[in-house]
Amino acid sequence: MSPVSQIVARGIPLPGDDIDTDRIIPARFLRCVTFDGLGEHAFEDDRAQDASHPFDDAKYADGGLLVTGNNFGCGSSREHAPQSLMRAGVRAIIAGSFAEIFAGNCTNLGVACATATPEVRSELIRLIQADPTAEATLDLEALTVTISGETYPVAMADGARDALLTGQYDFLAQLLEAAPEVAEAGQKVPYLSGFKA
Amino acid sequence: MSAPNLFDKVWDAHAVRTLAGGQTQLLIGLHLIHEVTSPQAFAMLRERDLKVAYPERTVATVDHIIPTDNQLRPLRDSLAEEMMEAIETNCRDFGVQLLSPENGDQGIVHVVGPERGLTQPGMTIVCGDSHTSTHGAFGTIALGIGTSQVAHVLATGTMALAKPKVRKVSVDGELGPGVTAKDVALAIINHLGVQGGVGYAYEYAGDVFRNMSMEERMTVCNMSIEGGARCGYVCPDETTVEYLRGRDAVPTGEAFEKAAEWWLSLASPEDARYDDEVHLLASEIEPTVTWGINPGQSIGVGGNLPDPAELPEGERFAVQEALTYMGLEGGQKLEGTPIDVAFIGSCTNGRLSDLREAAAVVKAAGGRVPDRVRALVVPGSQRVRAAAEAEGLHTIFSEAGFDWRQAGCSMCLAMNPDKLQGRELCASSSNRNFKGRQGSPTGRTLLMSPAMVAAAALAGEVRDVRSVGAAAVA
Ligand code: SF4
Repeated sequence: MSPVSQIVARGIPLPGDDIDTDRIIPARFLRCVTFDGLGEHAFEDDRAQDASHPFDDAKYADGGLLVTGNNFGCGSSREHAPQSLMRAGVRAIIAGSFAEIFAGNCTNLGVACATATPEVRSELIRLIQADPTAEATLDLEALTVTISGETYPVAMADGARDALLTGQYDFLAQLLEAAPEVAEAGQKVPYLSGFKA
Repeated sequence: MSAPNLFDKVWDAHAVRTLAGGQTQLLIGLHLIHEVTSPQAFAMLRERDLKVAYPERTVATVDHIIPTDNQLRPLRDSLAEEMMEAIETNCRDFGVQLLSPENGDQGIVHVVGPERGLTQPGMTIVCGDSHTSTHGAFGTIALGIGTSQVAHVLATGTMALAKPKVRKVSVDGELGPGVTAKDVALAIINHLGVQGGVGYAYEYAGDVFRNMSMEERMTVCNMSIEGGARCGYVCPDETTVEYLRGRDAVPTGEAFEKAAEWWLSLASPEDARYDDEVHLLASEIEPTVTWGINPGQSIGVGGNLPDPAELPEGERFAVQEALTYMGLEGGQKLEGTPIDVAFIGSCTNGRLSDLREAAAVVKAAGGRVPDRVRALVVPGSQRVRAAAEAEGLHTIFSEAGFDWRQAGCSMCLAMNPDKLQGRELCASSSNRNFKGRQGSPTGRTLLMSPAMVAAAALAGEVRDVRSVGAAAVA
């Protein structure tokens, strides 16, 4: 996988805390055997109930950097949620905090999850709303986000940041390398060796 | 120097090596899979020409999409049928055991794992499902994972994980009459908040957990994730050992004694080390009902709803948003609110003891579900259903006007035909009250214990189960 060190994208403001994965992708769209086509259903039910939802707003149609509240992605572990956001063009998310399974799923897809203070996030939202065409730059090396000439600090979990910076966010290759050690480790676990040891 | 807790011990027993990014490559002892989060993972294996590394550690079931009224094949919903066929094909092609409806083995993944004894203390257990935390009741590290990670575990028998911190959550004293494991779970989430557990595994301890049955422990561990925790567990004890004795996948004879000895040795010692500790008092927990759109928004059934006007500015918006969605008025009582639907089931409360408790309330309350209320009882597995029928529970429910269904996730989430319609208000024994969770984008959910759902179903409104009859809730 290629390293991700900078993400340059227009912003999408999505204020609100505890936005769960059932809202990101309602369960009825999980009746599928591939992730294809999930992008168009992101936030489908929220959009139906809120005519001004940013995912329906032409101003933000080209956005790729989502700015949102606390505990984003809580609830169901469905990878369909980050898959649908990714397929809708989202490449980075700045939130107050993330639910852990969601953040882990994002990292596996190469989508960057950064956190920022409430002040920084409300400034970002203000600047995005003032000029939706402004390109924001999320810099994973410097841990900053820059938009409209202003630069703010962000934070990221070390593991996720390293994985993206080194391009090692597809863990499968790394995990496969250790097959012999895995087999050996299994022999030392009592229940995997039939409680003989 | 303080001693390692259960989490440390199980983690260390399964750590293979440290990866470049600092995560641990963790050996997985049991991988449970279901039809929703596995097809894309099998596709990734096919793409890369990989096999399932340890098919003997992998077990599949079908639960989310399966209808609970008529399970005859082909399923009427062609998308659901396609998913059924996909998991059947994948299990056949990759040599994975499928607990299928035809054999009477099927059920919700977090019900069938424990009931067959697949779930055992000291294991690392994963499933592409957030409520995998349920299996922590046995003293395991049990985690929900995403589909890419499902592929990792299938292909390697391991996954990459950063070790979480451990918080000991103690509940001491004795629960009052009518207060159940579900109320304990809701009270913990209310106390610590829906994101209070982020970064933590929870060790549940204290008198209340010591005295709980395994099924009750499962109910609390199940909802760990709703409080933001990555997983939750209870240390194994004699209750755990006795529950497991004689179950299908559990060793027998001398091997069982050896296993039991190892299981018990894993329990956290008195002087174990924790990153944080929290104490709650059992006497302060009441039969609890959620009123909002996340599982932390709850009150004791007799209490008043929060009034946004009286809250600090920072909290007002979220409370108002929830009350507006729910169509409730701040400051009012929740008790007495009419319901449209009653749902007893799910991986939180769809086990035999849950159905027994609900049936006891039905018997004590007498009467019938009013015509305007739809009431469903959905056993968590085919075995739970058979056991309940052997005790005649289905007759108690049916005669009182409940619909007695076949096993599955049913109305816990909107992936099968059991759904709320429009703005229906549902008293539900499930675990999530998110907007739209039960199938209608505007549907509304009140989470509560199965006994409370039974009381609400018969009254047609939210009721305090303690008012129904002391016998039922003792
Ligand atoms: S019963 Fe509900 S929470 Fe449990 S596995 Fe099924 S859908 Fe998920």
